Amino acid sequence: MDNNLLSLFVRSIFIDNMIFAFFLGMCSYLAVSKNVKTAVGLGLAVTFVLVVTLPVNYLLQTKVLAPDAISEGVDLSFLSFILFIAVIAGIVQLVEMVVERYAPALYASLGIFLPLIAVNCAIMGASLFMQQRIEMDPTNTQAIKNVTDALVYALGSGIGWLLAIVGLAAIREKMAYSDVPAPLKGLGITFITVGLMAMAFMCFSGLKI
Amino acid sequence: MAKKNKETFLNPIGINNPVTVQVLGICSALAVTAKLEPAIVMGISVTIIVAFANVIISLMRNTIPNRIRIIVQLVVVAALVTVVSEVLKAFAYDVSVQLSVYVGLIITNCILMGRLEAFAMQNGPWESFLDGVGNGLGYAKILVIVGFVRELLGSGTLLGFKVLPQCFYEAGYLNNGLMLMPPMALIILACIIWVQRSRNKDLQEK
Repeated sequence: MDNNLLSLFVRSIFIDNMIFAFFLGMCSYLAVSKNVKTAVGLGLAVTFVLVVTLPVNYLLQTKVLAPDAISEGVDLSFLSFILFIAVIAGIVQLVEMVVERYAPALYASLGIFLPLIAVNCAIMGASLFMQQRIEMDPTNTQAIKNVTDALVYALGSGIGWLLAIVGLAAIREKMAYSDVPAPLKGLGITFITVGLMAMAFMCFSGLKI
Repeated sequence: MAKKNKETFLNPIGINNPVTVQVLGICSALAVTAKLEPAIVMGISVTIIVAFANVIISLMRNTIPNRIRIIVQLVVVAALVTVVSEVLKAFAYDVSVQLSVYVGLIITNCILMGRLEAFAMQNGPWESFLDGVGNGLGYAKILVIVGFVRELLGSGTLLGFKVLPQCFYEAGYLNNGLMLMPPMALIILACIIWVQRSRNKDLQEK
């Protein structure tokens, strides 16, 4: 594996973690992290949608939206929000149909959250961060230069998200037996837990890769 | 009717806050609050977008086919966000750089979809407008509180002006750099929830 790809991959899991560094996809993160099994399901679904959408959005950005991409003097970059969200919504619809057909148990347990992946900030956020990184200087290790980079970034971000949600779900399963002050029960203590996990993940920001 | 409208407007600001009670729109509430200024700009942008998206969807609610309503809602919201983002780039460039991708992420802010689905699809334009403004302000309120605490303790400034007198620093006071890091946003929000729920026992979870 190319050294640069590896560093992009590790970076997007640990240092630029979707949850702990950018708070992307918080809503479903908090709502679905009550038990490990559902958390794994949602994490995998998010990873899958990321891996499919980011390369598509990468091609869209470089071949259609970027200045002078379609023809000389045409700059469509202001359309990026609408097109990205349309691609995401379409692909989520597709994934929903596939999961409903082949894994009905998972479909039932994910419930409303599967269609809501479309409005999960993690997917849109990753697309927008990718858009920023395309414009970066190619020597920068964070830059995304081709479809493979986009794919690796998507995979890394997805795995980072999966890791975060499974970790939180495991902690919350154990926490059900602890004696938490009444006003902090549920949401409050979950926020504090995520905050502490985020502090732990800050250690990775010292990594030089 | 007037009383009901007032409730629609005031409830989300106080007792039924979108961030701390309905748990919507957490992502951006945490990410843009390291300083007060972007927090305020974000709050205003979201208020405007929720209000107008609510009005537009409420006007179209009887003509949208049920199966594709999410896509229609997303397109309306994305169009509004594009307008706001271009306006910010034109008139407040510095703030729009600080907000970076989080302006675009207003599209996927759960407050929008939540309010559109739960309110605008059933109610008339004027009620929806009030509901949108109320929820936007409720969201802005939390952002401003978190932004205020983080900027004051993290860099000793408010809106970029120094508020802590120099003698504090001479006496050995240090800015808490951790406040500017992501984890503290979560913990401050947890404290807000804590205070709100100890004052209002109905909100406590079993």
